[in-house]
Amino acid sequence: MNLSAQQLSFIVILAPLLGSLFTGFLGKALGTKASHRIAVTGLGIAFIAALFLCHAITFGNTPPRSFNIYTWALSGTFQFNIGFTLDSLSTIMAVLVTFISFLVHIYSIGYMAGDPGYQRFFSYISLFTFAMLLLVLSNNFLQLFIGWEGVGLVSYLLIGFWFKRDSANAGSFKAFIVNRIGDFGFLLGIALVLAYFGTLNYEQVFAEIPVLANATIRLFPGTDWSLITVICILLFIGAMGKSAQMPLHVWLPESMEGPTPISALIHAATMVTAGIFMICRMSPLYEHSPTALSVVLVVGATGALFTGLIGIVQYDIKRVVAYSTLSQLGYMVAGLGASAYSASLFHLATHACFKALLFLGAGSVIMGMHHDQDMRNMGGLRRYMPITYTTFLIGSLALAAIPPFAGYYSKDAIIEAIGLTQIPGATYAYICVLLGAFVTALYTFRAFFLVFHTQERMDEHTREHLHESPSVVWLPLVCLAVPSIVLGFLFIKPMLYTEPGLLGSSVITLPAYDVLSKMAEEYHGIAAATWQGLLGAPFWLSVFGIFCAWYAYQKAPETPAKLARRFSIFYRILVNKYGFDDFNQTVIVRSVRNLSSWFYFIVDTKCIDNYVVNGTGRMISFLSRLTRQAQTGYLYHYAFVMILGVLIFLCWLMI
Amino acid sequence: MLLQLPRITPLFPEIFVLFMIAVVLLAGLFAKPRIAGRLTYLLTQTTLMGACILTFRFYDTETITTFNGMFIHDPLSQVSTLFVYVTTVFTLAYARQYIEERSIQQPEYYILTLFSVLGMMALISAGNFLSLYVSLELFSLPLYAMVALRRDLAAGSEAAMKYFITGAVASGMLLYGISMLFGTTNSLDLNVVASTTITLNPTMVIIYRFALVFIIAGVIFKLGAVPFHMWVPDVYQGAPTSVTLFISGAPKIAALALLFRLLTTALPSLHLQWTPILIAISITSMALGNLVAIVQTDLKRMLAYSSIAHMGYTLLGILTAGAVGYSAGLFYMISYSIMAVGAFGLLTLMSRAGVEVDKVGDLRGLNARNPWLALMMLFLMFSMAGLPPTVGFFAKLGVLQALIDAHLVWLAVLALIFAIIGAYYYIRVVKVMYFEEPDSQQLQPMQISGDMRFIISINGLGVLVLGLFPSALIDLCRSVF
Repeated sequence: MNLSAQQLSFIVILAPLLGSLFTGFLGKALGTKASHRIAVTGLGIAFIAALFLCHAITFGNTPPRSFNIYTWALSGTFQFNIGFTLDSLSTIMAVLVTFISFLVHIYSIGYMAGDPGYQRFFSYISLFTFAMLLLVLSNNFLQLFIGWEGVGLVSYLLIGFWFKRDSANAGSFKAFIVNRIGDFGFLLGIALVLAYFGTLNYEQVFAEIPVLANATIRLFPGTDWSLITVICILLFIGAMGKSAQMPLHVWLPESMEGPTPISALIHAATMVTAGIFMICRMSPLYEHSPTALSVVLVVGATGALFTGLIGIVQYDIKRVVAYSTLSQLGYMVAGLGASAYSASLFHLATHACFKALLFLGAGSVIMGMHHDQDMRNMGGLRRYMPITYTTFLIGSLALAAIPPFAGYYSKDAIIEAIGLTQIPGATYAYICVLLGAFVTALYTFRAFFLVFHTQERMDEHTREHLHESPSVVWLPLVCLAVPSIVLGFLFIKPMLYTEPGLLGSSVITLPAYDVLSKMAEEYHGIAAATWQGLLGAPFWLSVFGIFCAWYAYQKAPETPAKLARRFSIFYRILVNKYGFDDFNQTVIVRSVRNLSSWFYFIVDTKCIDNYVVNGTGRMISFLSRLTRQAQTGYLYHYAFVMILGVLIFLCWLMI
Repeated sequence: MLLQLPRITPLFPEIFVLFMIAVVLLAGLFAKPRIAGRLTYLLTQTTLMGACILTFRFYDTETITTFNGMFIHDPLSQVSTLFVYVTTVFTLAYARQYIEERSIQQPEYYILTLFSVLGMMALISAGNFLSLYVSLELFSLPLYAMVALRRDLAAGSEAAMKYFITGAVASGMLLYGISMLFGTTNSLDLNVVASTTITLNPTMVIIYRFALVFIIAGVIFKLGAVPFHMWVPDVYQGAPTSVTLFISGAPKIAALALLFRLLTTALPSLHLQWTPILIAISITSMALGNLVAIVQTDLKRMLAYSSIAHMGYTLLGILTAGAVGYSAGLFYMISYSIMAVGAFGLLTLMSRAGVEVDKVGDLRGLNARNPWLALMMLFLMFSMAGLPPTVGFFAKLGVLQALIDAHLVWLAVLALIFAIIGAYYYIRVVKVMYFEEPDSQQLQPMQISGDMRFIISINGLGVLVLGLFPSALIDLCRSVF
């Protein structure tokens, strides 16, 4: 087969769409088996095509390209196209998305078996894959936004997949609304780009940057802002919503109400990384705004540490993993702030693998536990679920950044890059991410020990039915465990320390901020790097975290309760998640509700409905009753009115 | 002195109708009572259709004046008389069964109708104040009599009395105005009056204006617009439904032609004076007609007020004093008379022996009893409300367009607001027909004979077809001016 890159890209994007349409519209007629076959085949084709595409563009000789497929809309002088960018960044993302999505499709055959919304589920996740591919392959801001909203929509639909549960509906609303706030900033950023650059095409915009690098914009009277900074921060607000950065992170833990495969695919591996991807894509813009980079760095590092801390006090297995996702996203964002785009993207890739692994492993545990997610009811599961146990351990080691697992190489690169960068806030960020390493290991292995070791705490009935999950479930676990081990040391050199790197010209770093090349100078092969890592602070902090988890939950299980009593203030702060939810509930939600009820009861019901709408009607019927009085039925009144009329007209014309 | 015969070809329809009146009169007298009714009915319809054919056959795009200027034969007169015939044909078709069942003397009924039609024809073509006034009386007097045709009903007699007396007052006003114009211009010919008044001799102007007010009063009375409208509700309600049906159609067209003759033929130079008066009349008519119609429970009375409002809309076209407005006004009047004849015709059809349908509540649940009639009524009501795609929409559109062209946007906005108020009571009729349960005694389906069903269908679908393809009628009205 000899397909051009263009044809391959069509296959990549259309196969999931067709799968979604078939399962969505014909699902009931096709039945469950045919539906999942169609969806899985579509994703399989897309994954293989993406592999070929990535091979051709990233490793082969095919030059990166950007092309338009058709014009979607014309408005005045603006032309909005649908088109693709095929370069290493987009194709690597495409491979990642289709790979995880493919495995999640297979896993869902087992996990969703018997669910009444089986076909709907497959339609949604195929549609999600389509939207995500639309986003990553886009060559312009508008299509990026379409994909961005598309994944948001599917995320909303899937969080509320079990729409009969109140908590699922509440979670989906929360996700949607919080994302709207981010999208608002994102859309404003795109609008600014259109207003000042006159185009939404990436290439044309990036080519214009030097011209507008020093342009300013007056948002408020008397203050001039750098145009690029404003655009970057607005776009970053969008990324904060989608990638769940503080303070817009509140929706991600709630999104765990969705089915677990969704948590793995959308809320850990792919969709939430859209923000990271977007900033990588916009690296030419961000490089021109040290202020924006600084904001990105500080927000990311804060999230990395503080959301991780919450993970320590959670008992729901999925929520622990969810908070760890928040924390890891914080690492990636902080890495972007340090201009280590390649490192962030590298961590994105490794994280996608091991976090999907952890989620799917958690899903396997939840299946075994008959959909009980509370870790206090688990313990000792390693005897019943050996494969899940092993793969979960691999995922945990990768997450805790223990060499030679994948997470170590990518995360260490980010920490090192943050240590080297000079932009404002770097010191604070460095402390945060270093402490974060300890926290990560602590909450990861806390969950690990609580679930698989320690004594068995489940009830008799559950214990009797505990067994390893079916092969469609554990096969994806194994498939994900492999890259969780090898991805790191295989790709660290081409990804980070080669010139030009794997990402090639997809990301651009100005020499002033180029921390990765500094790190490359000190890089002397994989063995040396691994050995050096063993001597570094992050590694020992991780090990210490694992030790603490082992001590507190395995060795001396009474320790956590003691600590909680001792430091009850901190404990309560963590349990209340720093009060973000309470703040939103009491300040924002309540005031908005009050305002809406004011508008509803006073403005709408009382003023508009009562006075304007009904008032008009009342006035007319009043006038109507009044005027009919004139029709008395007396003939002399009739004649009088006629004569009066003539008199009035006479006076009018004569005077 | 050489006696020169005037051209009489333009008068063929009038001569024919007059001749046929004599025939109908004789037929009514000498035919056996059993067949007299049916025979005179057929003769009358033949007369009207014959006149229709004659007018059509001798249709002339040029203006011919004959009998020393007494008679004007122009597109306006021909188009107006054509629609007078058409509406009258429909009127009589609806009315036949109604008057048969109520033992109204049929030959008299048809003869009075024909006389009135003859009066309208002569009025429409009048080129001289003398012929104008005489034909106006000829067209009015039979109407007074027809209103009182059911002598046993007090309401009819009362209505006829009111109609007659206020009509006499209006007629006197018109005559007074004409006499003043005659006094100042020394002529009764409309064209001479026009050419004399155009000089606007300052000493005479005051008298012209005086005459104008009285003439307008006389004409507006015939149209039934505020403040000369008081007779309309009482007469519409009190008269037998078949007579109301007649009054609401043809005479309005004739009265509009009279308005054209007096204002645009005889007194175009005074348009700065008559425009504000017509504005005042049309605003008050739209306001009063639409407002008071809302509270009416009697359907005939409601339609009476609605007709007052519609006269206001017709005048909107005339008061722009331009050809576009005139044709819009004529179009409005023609479409209104079609709708009004249809609406009253439907009431006539539904009234059976001893049962009058004249309350809004009588239509309750009509859809369940006779869906086709309900659908026709729906078209007619939507058309009156001015909803697309019925002819009523284009009628309103035309006059509003004319207003905007004449830079009277405020008036157009006002007209629209009143149209919205008016839509309420038209749509209420539809709501009553479709969404309310029939009263218990009206549960049985309503049977309508086939020919009646045919006529009402033509009428009801007509407003729809004319709304879908309005250009032919619009072009016809444009060609008049």
